[in-house]
Amino acid sequence: MNAPLLQVENLTMRFGGLIAINDLSLTARQNEITGIIGPNGAGKTTFFNCVTGFYKPTEGRLTLTPPDGGTWPLQAMQGFRIAKKARVARTFQNIRLFPGMTVLENLLVAQHNRLMAASAFSIAGLFGLKSYRKAEAEAVEKSRQWLARIGLEKSADLPAGSLPYGAQRRLEIARAMCTDPVLLCLDEPAAGLNPKESLELNDLLLDIRQTSKIGLLLIEHDMSVVMKISDHVVVLDYGARIAAGTPEQVRHDPNVIRAYLGADEDEPLPAVVAKDLGEQ
Amino acid sequence: MAAFKDAILAGLVAALLALPMLGFHLGDSAQGLQLETHLELVPLAAAIVFAGRLALNLAAPWLAKWKDRAPAGKPKLETGVSRRPLYIGIAMAAAALILPLTPWGDRNILDKATLVLIYVMLGWGLNIVVGLAGLLVLGYAAFYAVGAYAFAILSQMGFSFWQCLPISGAVAALFGLLVGFPVLRLRGDYLAIVTLGFGEIIRVILLNWASFTGGPNGISSIPRPSFFGMPMTASSPGHTTFHEFFDIPFSPVQRIVLLYYVILLLALVTNLVSLRIRRLPVGRAWEALREDEIACRSLGINPTSTKLSAFALGTAFAGFAGCFFATRQGFISPESFSFIESAVILAIVVLGGMGSQTGVVLAAILLVGLPEWFRDLAQYRMIAFGGAMVLIMLWRPKGLLAGRTPTIRLNKGDAA
Repeated sequence: MNAPLLQVENLTMRFGGLIAINDLSLTARQNEITGIIGPNGAGKTTFFNCVTGFYKPTEGRLTLTPPDGGTWPLQAMQGFRIAKKARVARTFQNIRLFPGMTVLENLLVAQHNRLMAASAFSIAGLFGLKSYRKAEAEAVEKSRQWLARIGLEKSADLPAGSLPYGAQRRLEIARAMCTDPVLLCLDEPAAGLNPKESLELNDLLLDIRQTSKIGLLLIEHDMSVVMKISDHVVVLDYGARIAAGTPEQVRHDPNVIRAYLGADEDEPLPAVVAKDLGEQ
Repeated sequence: MAAFKDAILAGLVAALLALPMLGFHLGDSAQGLQLETHLELVPLAAAIVFAGRLALNLAAPWLAKWKDRAPAGKPKLETGVSRRPLYIGIAMAAAALILPLTPWGDRNILDKATLVLIYVMLGWGLNIVVGLAGLLVLGYAAFYAVGAYAFAILSQMGFSFWQCLPISGAVAALFGLLVGFPVLRLRGDYLAIVTLGFGEIIRVILLNWASFTGGPNGISSIPRPSFFGMPMTASSPGHTTFHEFFDIPFSPVQRIVLLYYVILLLALVTNLVSLRIRRLPVGRAWEALREDEIACRSLGINPTSTKLSAFALGTAFAGFAGCFFATRQGFISPESFSFIESAVILAIVVLGGMGSQTGVVLAAILLVGLPEWFRDLAQYRMIAFGGAMVLIMLWRPKGLLAGRTPTIRLNKGDAA
């Protein structure tokens, strides 16, 4: 079993009276794809927003232990620092590229922090010093490799917003990978893709896990993606974990079937729900 | 028939508008102010508008056909990416450089060109903040004022223009940071309102802190720039003046030419720095912030410091321009930094096409240069200003030169 990368302990997120995430604990491991599924409104995206610092969790701990050492308490870090220092990258449910900038520029912005250091906060860059030019050439080369991997080398100089939908999805993943993450959070990467593009996405994600040796968190509704490529699946419903295990285990879990398809009337309710409703 | 009706309506509106604007006129006479009537102008204006509107309506089908046919010759993919050759910019800079040497370079033209160049520089400075970083700032003239007053006040302590130039920029940038730090978490309209308020605060302070800023009387006898320490005056005790050193007869035009070259230099530096910085990581981060701040945060870019850097750089250029303005006028007062200044500078940036350096130059010539040329028209000269704005918005709703040039290309040979 791989070493744990992200440990979520008793995570709770409340918005006023609404409990979006309720005492959630889970572990994502290095070099594994952890799928997170659940019906609409189960709190999957809220969980991502807590991991990537867009929300500050109400309670609980998020501990990231990268393979190169150190521990990062993500619940106490500001959004951009999580991406910068703890190296957690993410994509968005509704694609968030920089639509007016070219494909290549999108990938270079992702390498901002390294380039910024190389340009000595713009001083070396302003005078075109050799050290900066070298760093920039490396960044362009890295972008080129990623573009080749996602098949967008020809479109490098087009505005990102003009790409077809599937290409934008792949570009967003490549952009996130250009930040050199240790954990990549993908929020519904297969949404809006056709079956062929979905298959290509599977290959891309498996390839990323294979070559980059990073952990992936994957929210997905498309079961053909989740069940095929996930090493481990966590099922959320009403902000709580109702099942976890291998795709095969989860597929046959009665709680999961109930959450997705609804329960028979004569079937007993799950223990958690029963307690909430005050039934014996 | 519809065309005729529309034209009659336009003529009626023109008559209504012309009645107070053209029909009555306050004139000076021996008995004091007297109301003169020029009612004959009203039907004339209505007739002109009627005829023009009718002609436009009748030509409409033909115009539409012509418009449809135009793009057929050259199939163009609307990608929003432009590739404008560099030599246009270089040619414009070269033309500006040799202007004083050409026969047209008389005092009058140079004065107007200097004024236009001040606005070009301010436009380029604001372009960093509005065009690149996407921060809508409505109080840019405040930083212009800070630069001008920094120099004016320091000059009273005996500092020269060249000593004060960097200080003015630094002081304006400092103000930019001070204002920017609390307000940059705001976006769009909210930021615009807060910066508008800040612009007014600065003006009101300048107006009321009379012991420090001279209040409404302003500060006068601000020193002129010297040429490497040589004053540009007819004579100066204890100094070799410019004309004595070069052994040429003194002429006041020499000072005008020097001022022209100083602002040209400052403007070109502004341009070069913003062109260069756009291609640096920080410049790309500015544009990325303009496009999507949330995505930027997810990539580990610090939004606050990135915005602040754009704000500080933009306001520093306003400070330099203010310093130059003070030395050119020799006298400054809060009136020179009213809201309309901020509005004109913003209009130059927006009408020029956000983020376009050449567009700013064209818009500055149109909005600042044209009204100067139409000064003979007295009170109607602002019509040139308004007319230029309306025409640009009709024909180029995205600005004169819309579309951005990529900061870097992967496939250099390909025609993208």
